[in-house]
Amino acid sequence: MAEYYFQTRGMCVGYSGNVLIRDITVDVEKGEIVTLIGPNGSGKSTILKSITKQLQTIAGTVYIDGQDLASLHYRTLATKMSVVLTERMKPELLTCRDIVSTGRYPYTGRLGFLTEEDDEKVKSAMENVHVLELADRDFNAISDGQRQRVLLARAICQEPELIILDEPTSFLDIRHKLELLGILRSMAKENDITVIMSLHEIDLAQKVSDKILCVKGDTIYRYGTPDIVFDEQTISELYELEKGCYDPLFGSVELPRPEGEPQVLVVSSGGRGIPVYRKLQKENIPFCAGILYTNDVDYSVARSLACEVISERPFFPISESALDKALKMVSECRYVIDAGVDIGETNSRIAKVLDAARAAGKLHRETDSIER
Amino acid sequence: MKGREDGFFGQTFRRRLRYELVFIVLIAAFCVITVLNINIGSVPIPVKEILRIIFAGKAQAEGVTQAGIIWKIRLPRILMAAILGDGLSLAGFLLQTFFANPIAGPFVLGISSGAKMVVALTMIYFLKVFNTVSSATLIIAAFIGSLLSTGFILLISRRLRQMSTLLVAGIMVGYICSAVTDFIVTFADDSDIVNLRGWSLGSFSGMSWENVWVALGIIGAASVAVFFMSKPIGAYQLGENYAQSMGINVKLFRVALIILSSVLSACVTAFAGPISFVGIAVPHLIKRCLNTSKPIVVIPASFLGGAVFCMVCDLLARTLFAPTELNISTVTAVFGAPVVITMMIKRHKEK
Repeated sequence: MAEYYFQTRGMCVGYSGNVLIRDITVDVEKGEIVTLIGPNGSGKSTILKSITKQLQTIAGTVYIDGQDLASLHYRTLATKMSVVLTERMKPELLTCRDIVSTGRYPYTGRLGFLTEEDDEKVKSAMENVHVLELADRDFNAISDGQRQRVLLARAICQEPELIILDEPTSFLDIRHKLELLGILRSMAKENDITVIMSLHEIDLAQKVSDKILCVKGDTIYRYGTPDIVFDEQTISELYELEKGCYDPLFGSVELPRPEGEPQVLVVSSGGRGIPVYRKLQKENIPFCAGILYTNDVDYSVARSLACEVISERPFFPISESALDKALKMVSECRYVIDAGVDIGETNSRIAKVLDAARAAGKLHRETDSIER
Repeated sequence: MKGREDGFFGQTFRRRLRYELVFIVLIAAFCVITVLNINIGSVPIPVKEILRIIFAGKAQAEGVTQAGIIWKIRLPRILMAAILGDGLSLAGFLLQTFFANPIAGPFVLGISSGAKMVVALTMIYFLKVFNTVSSATLIIAAFIGSLLSTGFILLISRRLRQMSTLLVAGIMVGYICSAVTDFIVTFADDSDIVNLRGWSLGSFSGMSWENVWVALGIIGAASVAVFFMSKPIGAYQLGENYAQSMGINVKLFRVALIILSSVLSACVTAFAGPISFVGIAVPHLIKRCLNTSKPIVVIPASFLGGAVFCMVCDLLARTLFAPTELNISTVTAVFGAPVVITMMIKRHKEK
């Protein structure tokens, strides 16, 4: 068991004897970042509460550093694990430094006086997450983003081997989200600290984590590296998304596409079609995109937003069938938008599509001239 | 080590100065109030005399009027006021920590009234059956009463986490207990309730040395225990779950908090009756003066502050309309209630 730092074996968690999620069996190596994802109310927090001993596990065992969690004293556990919780604390008249100092609790004496060494550790933890200048501010008087970082500093100065964070990025703006996850990342790699957390932002989860734990229903839906977990089907099923909303390549998500018969054909390449797609989507006008090579960025977005995509394999000349489809679309659509397309030897047939559109008087350069 | 004096650690240094200043002021106030309390009364005793009499000891008190007044009446009374004031403010501080609510205190939560009810029952029963009642019996009765109402409040607070509802529940418990007490008193023999009536209004008068020693023993021990719990109390201020993650056995700690606060408020109620507002006002004022809620400094400062506050109130209670004495609660309410009201308004603004 020595090679894994954190393990669960058949852990069942829930409240007052009722099992919410059963048979959780995971292995986590030291210095890994594990992220729990899943829809609201799926039990991510319940799992985190169970491994921090706030909730009793109903069955199964949890091992931390080879020791059974149930037999670990709170005291010993405090030197191994620290937490950042979602609950809002409202302490009275305490400065940020006071809050961070409480992280030294397991190491101070009977009355909790800080030694010089403790002071230095508090200071370096605050430096680490860039909150040193907040040290003497009242904890209640700082912003949510700052508060979250102060709490992280508190968790760091507890010198844990494992940090548990419950939705650390909620309330944060995008810059602070990235900053916080960046700190966790470097902490995990440089100091070999294991991180287990829950996140709502699947795109960030994909980028920061070594392992992903998908929680849905009463079991673990999937557990593994982001490459395995983040395919379109898994994410769509996990969050019950409609097909095409999630793009596994970039981890991005799109609003639902306009449905119906395509009214507009968008001809583009090299990303120039994307703003047009978005505009049409916002106007709720169903459209067709093509002819696109499947390695074009336009293609990835068109798959999510267009109700029909005419595509071709990369680097191949445009086939007869693709051209026919496109020409048919030109005659069926009310408009054809040329968003900008590079025409070379292999895709010379696109010129024919544009010619046909021009001949039918349907060719436009901008979306502004389009009426619903 | 000049680097430690400014920058990151400079503030620590300035804070320590502030703490020291507050403690010096409190100790000075304590001394001044003690002397004033002995000095002022129906028979004024000059300060020189006071020192001479106190250092001469208790033995020469027999027969000498001034010495008698000091040793038999004024000294036990001020000591009792100091000890019980300390007990009340610490009980208030513990309850505020426990309920994470700055307006919690033994009086508002109905704990004093619960103690009063059981003490009244015990007093009447014992006087009827044995014709006498010892202070130990009264303390135990008060303790049982405190635990009863605390238990009830705990049951309610499990369901209602809101601050206002908790207080309403406490006030209701207080009313119910008072109603029961009044009911008993109405139907008791006059001879049984002579003591009870005076006691139930709250007063530090007529304290014997025996009472002082008992109170000092119980409250002193409890205060020391509270002081040594200041580290976990500090962690608990961040919330139960954080406290646990720092290595505290939260269940045990909660039990300890409840028992200690009940012992403290029970002891006060048993000797002086229910006294209002000290438990809320003193810790609050102390926190504002120190500009922190760190228990390691707030606990000893509340200890001193409670003593000073009660001694001042007692001095006013017995001199303001002399020879008529006011109830101690009348005076503490006059000073304490405005503190609580400003506190509530301030909190409301902050939201």
